[in-house]
Amino acid sequence: MLSYILRRTGLALVITVLAVSLLFVIIHMIPGDPVSTMLGPKASPELRAALEERMGLNEPLLIQIGLFFANMLRGDLGIDVFSNRQVTDIVLGQVPYTLTLILTSIGWSAIIGIALGCYSAANRNSFGDRLTGVLSVSMIAVPAFVVSLYSLLFFAVTLKWFPAIGAGEPGDFGDQLWHLVLPSLAIGLSWVGYIARLVRASMLEIMGEGHVRTARAFGLPERWITYRYALRLAILPTVTVIGVGMGFLLSAAVFTEIVFSRPGLGKLVIDSITTRNYPVVMGSVLFSTLIFVASTTLADIINALLDPRLRSAR
Amino acid sequence: MPDTNVLDVKNLSVSYSTPRGDLKALRNVSMAIGQKKIVGIVGESGCGKSTLISAIIRLMANNATVHSGEILFHNSNLLDFKEREMRALRGIDISMVFQDPMQTHNPVLTIGQQMIDIQYRDKLSKSKKRQRAAEMLSLVGIPDAQARLNQYPYEFSGGMRQRIAIAMALMAKPDLLIADEPTTALDATLEVQIIKRLEELQEEIGCSILFISHHLGVIAELCDEVVVMYAGEVVEQGSVRDVFHSPAHPYTAALLKCDPGHIKEKTRNLPTIPGEIPDLVDVPAGCIFQDRCSRKVPQCQVKRPLFEAVNEQHSVACHLNNKNADDSDHKEARG
Repeated sequence: MLSYILRRTGLALVITVLAVSLLFVIIHMIPGDPVSTMLGPKASPELRAALEERMGLNEPLLIQIGLFFANMLRGDLGIDVFSNRQVTDIVLGQVPYTLTLILTSIGWSAIIGIALGCYSAANRNSFGDRLTGVLSVSMIAVPAFVVSLYSLLFFAVTLKWFPAIGAGEPGDFGDQLWHLVLPSLAIGLSWVGYIARLVRASMLEIMGEGHVRTARAFGLPERWITYRYALRLAILPTVTVIGVGMGFLLSAAVFTEIVFSRPGLGKLVIDSITTRNYPVVMGSVLFSTLIFVASTTLADIINALLDPRLRSAR
Repeated sequence: MPDTNVLDVKNLSVSYSTPRGDLKALRNVSMAIGQKKIVGIVGESGCGKSTLISAIIRLMANNATVHSGEILFHNSNLLDFKEREMRALRGIDISMVFQDPMQTHNPVLTIGQQMIDIQYRDKLSKSKKRQRAAEMLSLVGIPDAQARLNQYPYEFSGGMRQRIAIAMALMAKPDLLIADEPTTALDATLEVQIIKRLEELQEEIGCSILFISHHLGVIAELCDEVVVMYAGEVVEQGSVRDVFHSPAHPYTAALLKCDPGHIKEKTRNLPTIPGEIPDLVDVPAGCIFQDRCSRKVPQCQVKRPLFEAVNEQHSVACHLNNKNADDSDHKEARG
């Protein structure tokens, strides 16, 4: 198991380096340069050169990437072009908001989705199963930003049950939780449907397999067979999908953070891209990549814990 | 054969509802298994062997319906049992070994865990249950049983897994073991080993075995009695000796002719039975085997042959056996 974890983590590091290099290149290909954005079109050549020097933009791209990684290892992601603050500080200040939002969203939707999926599989073709099916598909079809806008209008503006904007008072846990309800509802809703469908399909497949028939032939209780024998196998694809889904969750979080004016990585990326604030963009993108790579790696490790066959596979 | 039978299936009819109509998978099937007897069922694919055993253990497909008949296990009708009562029986009084050992065990739980789980009704400590599991594994010939309990199914070969399946099935010392083609997925040397082991264990535990196979050699080796099924009906049954040496039904005779073990001369073409199983949604009148029978007489098309005794332990459903039928035909059929 340990060797599997080490192997998987090594792979994750390689992926991170490749992905970050690629993103670095892509960001530099965005039209418009930060120097004119900052100094305006009428700036003197000397002033421009000085700023380019300070941002490292006069070096070849490869050297810039190399420097970026070298500095990154020291925890230095550069200086915010506008505020002169450390990018690392700025980004780290936003990461917890996004992470909390994403984890809450996927958490509640996974619990409800898995429960609904099991129910549907156990009561196949019943009224409840069909209702769950219709609701699931509707939930999948509604984009997160639509749910954000309407839940904001309905629950926050009209009914005034939940706060409309912000992330709550720092230090006040209850208040922060209260502010988390609508955004995580918006992001998680489509996942409920998605996970429910996925779990139902794999449960039905597993329940038809030979080992379930064996368990029945030994008179094991049906609940035992469902939750101990079948669910453990049926959950494997769902874990993988959630791991990969972190990417989609991050992009859903961008919209939601903007609609609810929540601080977070998404809002930071949008703000810094519009101002060509390269160091901040790179910093936020780096952390998004890290979150994504970490979640897929974690998903693989969880699967290996659940399924011994994966551990021994090379 | 009065009440000494472990299992007594009487006039069992089962059908599956399909989009084309009811598929009559079993029609008036009767058979019995005496105490400490090994009874084999032979027949080609689709003859209803699997339907019969899933009806006995009552783990049938959702679209299956039992129309009539009784399945008496120690003289109580299993078809009247509630699901809860049936579950109490499974794995304890009646247990099963399935065809494909690669699919029999849960892939993500250790063999030890699964062998402990099936003892869930016993009020024993976990280490006692583990001990018992290890003893069973040694009994079926798995060396180093204690250590192997910690392994997962994928770490065992097919033959090993089938031994484990047998160990699990016999752990509770059942009265009846149903073995559904337990050696079909294994190679020939393993087949012999498994059959030998099964024979020894049956002796030791004193259970009855219902053994499904289409390998006639295995049936002849292992079983006391044999039931020949064709297209959802029993066509012949009797002691292995009688049925194999003097088959009274043309189908049995043809089956024996097709068995590679019986072929002495070099040949490029293995014999087959021409034709195929009739459509069981629309069962034709008369004898079920008439289309493929090489020895058909006029009444085969109109009248269904009744089960009649050839001798005390041997009976057959064929007009040729009827005393009114042509006597020379009859002799030829049995030769």
